[in-house]
Amino acid sequence: MNPLAAASPQKRLTRRRLPSGATIVARRNGITPAVTFMLAFDAGSAFDPPSRPGLAAFTARMIDRGTPEYTADALAEEIEGRGASIEVTSNRQCLTFTATCLDDDFEAMVSLAARMAQAPAFPPDQLELRRHETLTRLAQDAENTGARASARFFERLYGDGHPYAHPPRGTQAAIEALTRDDLVAYHRARVRPAFLTAAIVGDVDEERACDALARALDGWTVDDEAPSRALPAPVPPAVRDVSVIDVAGKSQSDIAYGFLGPGRLDPAYYAYWVMNTVLGQFGMGGRLGENIRERQGMAYYAYSSFDAARIPGPVLVRAGVDPANVDRTIAAIDHEIARIAADGVTQAERDDAVRYLIGSIPRLLETNAGTAQFLVTVEQFGLGEDFEARLPGLLSAVTAEDASAAAAALDPSKAVLAVAGPS
Amino acid sequence: MPSTVRRLVELDNGLTVILQPSHASSLISLWAWYRVGSGDERPGQTGISHWVEHMNFKGTARLSREAMTGIVERHGGFWNGYTWIDQTTYVSTAHRDALDDLLLLESERMSACTYDAAEIEPERTVIISELQGSENDPDQVLETEVTATAMKVHPYRHPTIGWRGDLETMTREDLVGHYERYYAPDNATIVIAGDIDPDDALTRVARAFGAIAPSGVKAPARTTEPEQQGERRVSVERPGHVGYVKLAHHAPAFAHADFAPMLVLDAVLAGARGLNLWCSYKALGSQRSSRLYRALVDTSLASAVQGALMPTRDAFLHYVSITAADGVALEAVQEAAAAAIDATITGGVPEEEVQRARRQLHARMVFEGDSVTNIAHQAGYFQTLGALDAYDALPARLAAVTPDDVRRVAGLYLHPANRTSGFLRPGGGA
Repeated sequence: MNPLAAASPQKRLTRRRLPSGATIVARRNGITPAVTFMLAFDAGSAFDPPSRPGLAAFTARMIDRGTPEYTADALAEEIEGRGASIEVTSNRQCLTFTATCLDDDFEAMVSLAARMAQAPAFPPDQLELRRHETLTRLAQDAENTGARASARFFERLYGDGHPYAHPPRGTQAAIEALTRDDLVAYHRARVRPAFLTAAIVGDVDEERACDALARALDGWTVDDEAPSRALPAPVPPAVRDVSVIDVAGKSQSDIAYGFLGPGRLDPAYYAYWVMNTVLGQFGMGGRLGENIRERQGMAYYAYSSFDAARIPGPVLVRAGVDPANVDRTIAAIDHEIARIAADGVTQAERDDAVRYLIGSIPRLLETNAGTAQFLVTVEQFGLGEDFEARLPGLLSAVTAEDASAAAAALDPSKAVLAVAGPS
Repeated sequence: MPSTVRRLVELDNGLTVILQPSHASSLISLWAWYRVGSGDERPGQTGISHWVEHMNFKGTARLSREAMTGIVERHGGFWNGYTWIDQTTYVSTAHRDALDDLLLLESERMSACTYDAAEIEPERTVIISELQGSENDPDQVLETEVTATAMKVHPYRHPTIGWRGDLETMTREDLVGHYERYYAPDNATIVIAGDIDPDDALTRVARAFGAIAPSGVKAPARTTEPEQQGERRVSVERPGHVGYVKLAHHAPAFAHADFAPMLVLDAVLAGARGLNLWCSYKALGSQRSSRLYRALVDTSLASAVQGALMPTRDAFLHYVSITAADGVALEAVQEAAAAAIDATITGGVPEEEVQRARRQLHARMVFEGDSVTNIAHQAGYFQTLGALDAYDALPARLAAVTPDDVRRVAGLYLHPANRTSGFLRPGGGA
């Protein structure tokens, strides 16, 4: 047990499960008279119908544009007039409302957000405005080397037809074809209380906070049978898969390189976490940063990330380099991956990484938004109310051998690699 | 928000120390601020402050490069640094037990960086890679052009990362000279916020920094920007399909009496963004009840619009940044934005909108105090501008803003002759 973590006992948490299936957690933090709350629905782009890539993201863009009581303009006035914000975003797994407001405005804002989630009006005039806006964003993505490399990486890593393979924002053709009925149907199926995990953090009493959200959600029932939330397991690529994407007029090329890692609930998850910290996080980007940035001076950023989901998530190396250095950079990544796979993680590296990760837990919880995200993740994966207290022990239990075993699964001959930049 | 528990002390060697206890968690955040940025650079050495910042992570007399990062990370800490036009700063946030280690790191950084000759060339290419990354971003490219067009002589016209020709030719001697000149206690502020006892923390700071000699450095004179006498236009052509428009107007410095009404005006035009460059500018998208959003996005001329009035030591620029909608002529976008701005001059801004903008700004300032990292940033940022008192007075300054004030500053700063309009025109492939 790390003495630093032991010195910071877990703060009080209030947890409420509603008859509708929604879960609410709340924690008080009085550092500033403000509250952040998140309403996360299992309704991300992984659940887009195959013929409608981008539907979840488009639903997120439209869901805050009117309710039976408020026009889009009136909603914006109501929220922004208080200096509050309610942003709706989506990723592959979730469609999430994230709100920040003064403590005095909490009940009004939580009530408004719940109403937007429950009864979006999807007004036709707003639909055309947002469609136009989304098409411009897709055009921006097409000119963004980082976005292009990332999109191709996911497409090739997960394989054609897998729900994680398509870009969450969708395609031009799909966005042009979406109708209001598509949004209504998606909302009815997926944005439902049984799929909701909510977290409230800030200068508000936990019981009062849970009561306010429970009241706001009261009466929201959906009679239809809930659709499946299961996602198919991806098949790891059998051979190295390299894509080169020409993006004209750019000064820098972006590289996305990686593999499938374990899912969040896989017993190997913590060993991967420690291994990834050694490979591409600790210090100035771990071993990758040391080689590519510090020794060879080839990149402003070179690091790896590990993003576990309910299904195997990616271990992803990113680097932005001069187009003339792309081959050298890929060779350096191959070298570091092969080296950690063959030789493993040293005891000193494991100790540094574990100590760092345990010590960083209070920082994960430094802001209201950070705490809310942490609590939502704990609930969504069923990690348990005592997870924060157990996490140091889970990390401490990872041995150098465990981290080395995680590294041994990485094989450059089976890497998925996407490079986007000027030809 | 401005604090009532903050303590400010100057040590004998001129080091300013700001201590702000907050016991919401076991964390502390330590920031070391230097009064030097790209606004202090001369042609031939643009980007030197930022490059020096990079070099100051690369080892000191007592700490190797690996030890410098390891010292923070052993405590689970986060560390970083940034350079902008008026400042260079280094942050680490970690458990309270890390305080002495973090102070050792910053005292070494202030007085004993080694500038190993072997580290110079790899870092030159790292920084050029950083520049190339920003060149990939069309909005950043346009901002560089618009800024250098609007600012003719004041050194704020240089991009903080520097012009490429300077990055290719600067030498180790240049870097060391800059470091030795500006990294001294009488040009620095140490801020510690978080789970500290202020008396104890002050003792530790004095122990770590007290022996470092002052340099007597004075900031170089900056040429005053002459009044602009007519609208300027600049175009950039790039392969692609998406167009961008950026409007810049000369705006007052933070400590100037007109800054508060300009902040209200910015919030009316584009929504309040707050005053914390460390957190506020990353978080918030377009604000839909703002005048520019309604004039541009609700009319399908643009897909996004943002405003920015950033607190600076000297007069700088107010920006409006617009992503044009697909297929819309950039001139039409510029004209609609200009018309919305001009309407604040001709028609003023009613009391109700001024009140709403003030509420937004109040809320943003509350949100900016949601962590010890952000609290410490604000104290150090405004102390480094020489404007901590003006920051503390900002709530009162904002409360005093009237519709007449807003109309007056609209006419004074946002008139067409004070405007630079930039266009990033998408073209065919290269």
